Amino acid sequence: MKNLILTTAALALTAGMAMADTVRMGTEGAYPPYNFINDAGEIDGFERELGDELCKRAELDCEWVKNDWDSIIPNLVSGNYDTIAAGMSITDERDEVIDFTQDYFPPTASAYVATSDAADVTGGVVAAQTSTIQAGHVAESGATLVEFATPEETIAAVRNGEADAVLADRDYLAPLVEESGGELLFIGDPVPLGGGIGMGLRESDGELRGKFDAAITSMKADGSLNEMLKKWFGEETATYGTDGTVVTN
Amino acid sequence: MFSYCADPDTLGTFRWFSCYLTNGVHWSFYLSFIKVLALLAVTAPVALGFGFAGAMAARSHVPPLSWLGKAYIAIVRGVPDIAFFLFFVIALDQGFEWIRHKVLCPEWTDPIRQGNDFLVCQAAKLPLGTSPEWVHETYGFFLAVITFSIVFGAFAANVLFGGMRAVPHAQLETAEAYGMTRRQTFWRVLVPQMWVYALPGLSNLWMVLIKATPLLFLLGIEDIVYWARELGGTKTSKFTQYPHGDWRMWYFLFLLIFYLGMTRVSELGLERVMRRLAHGQATSAGELLRKETTA
Repeated sequence: MKNLILTTAALALTAGMAMADTVRMGTEGAYPPYNFINDAGEIDGFERELGDELCKRAELDCEWVKNDWDSIIPNLVSGNYDTIAAGMSITDERDEVIDFTQDYFPPTASAYVATSDAADVTGGVVAAQTSTIQAGHVAESGATLVEFATPEETIAAVRNGEADAVLADRDYLAPLVEESGGELLFIGDPVPLGGGIGMGLRESDGELRGKFDAAITSMKADGSLNEMLKKWFGEETATYGTDGTVVTN
Repeated sequence: MFSYCADPDTLGTFRWFSCYLTNGVHWSFYLSFIKVLALLAVTAPVALGFGFAGAMAARSHVPPLSWLGKAYIAIVRGVPDIAFFLFFVIALDQGFEWIRHKVLCPEWTDPIRQGNDFLVCQAAKLPLGTSPEWVHETYGFFLAVITFSIVFGAFAANVLFGGMRAVPHAQLETAEAYGMTRRQTFWRVLVPQMWVYALPGLSNLWMVLIKATPLLFLLGIEDIVYWARELGGTKTSKFTQYPHGDWRMWYFLFLLIFYLGMTRVSELGLERVMRRLAHGQATSAGELLRKETTA
């Protein structure tokens, strides 16, 4: 009897180990359309839909986790979740700490938004979210950088006059500008920044990275990634050719 | 929630708000109040325990123990909270996993630290990779309680240490003269009398603790301030059925009322405790109580 219990316990244990481990996907949940919290309180957005599809193709069991942007990389490397899908641009600095899959979003155009045409984006005060490529760009551009923890606060800073302009991904800013009733407007030309957006993984997780890479390749090849891009970012957005090259429209 | 909520665009103001305030994301907001209150209810006694142990260690006659107590008080009080919350929690979590790794996977040969990565075997993961989300959340909550308790325990230890020293020395000498051992003196004379000196400091700590909960989001727990910021932020019609401008002010106003309410309730409670503790004490408050009852 005792033996029986032991065997079943051992079986249950090994079965648990053989079962596909859940892949925990970390995201910020505050950067529409990439990722945000919907009315039902769930994580939604381009990356949610994309991530779920990638998991399906890679035959992984995925679960979404929210984490603050500031501590999103430390929590990944210490193993609290396994991937970052949070509109994170692939940069050399980040690549030293974590690994990225190939980009699933073409190199993004960032843009300046201000309340008037006259805003000085190279000599004035410009807001950006902390630890983003935009913040790095503003710091180098000669403007005075003011950093905020969330994207929402960067917009508020422009609205209340604390900053002359904000630099962020154009796709994040577009719906806000559209619905501001003329209060906010794009100024200057879009600034191309970063090497596209990819999924961040631990450097030691080569196998998982391979799976996601293959899934992204297959989505690029059959055009389903382009459909998703168009659904979330509009018809004008840059897409991928079947061989993975970027097509700008 | 209500049947008429299917198309919020067509609703009048009152109905719109009745739908808006009862959608899923708002329930998460309301739930976070319970989460924060639960955290306070658990953390306060645990932190007091840490503080008591720290103060006892600090005033111990055994030098290593006393150094340990004093080092705990000095180091934790000196490290900024945000640094503590960012790094200590990750270190604590890794510490647990490291111990489990050593016990559960002795045959593992790869190094645990590979560059920036921290790698333990699957069986040592805390919580296990296969466990459902609520286990992860409970574990996060548990880490939060420990971290808060250690931080606030250090401050409480300092307060209690001071409270213990404030007890008139004559009381202790009298106890000794009656032949009490050091242990008896501590538990029967010193501890019952020190609370009245420690309480003002402890009540301060309680107030700070109530307001420190936004640090929770660093641990991945969504507290009330996180939700207020998230819900109050500008919402465009593309991503929600309830678009609105920057309403953070109203949400934070609500939080302000909540926090002020908490402060008021705490004040009333602490006042009662203080009155109770002052009873029969050789302090001016105790004297006042004595006069009240005899008059």
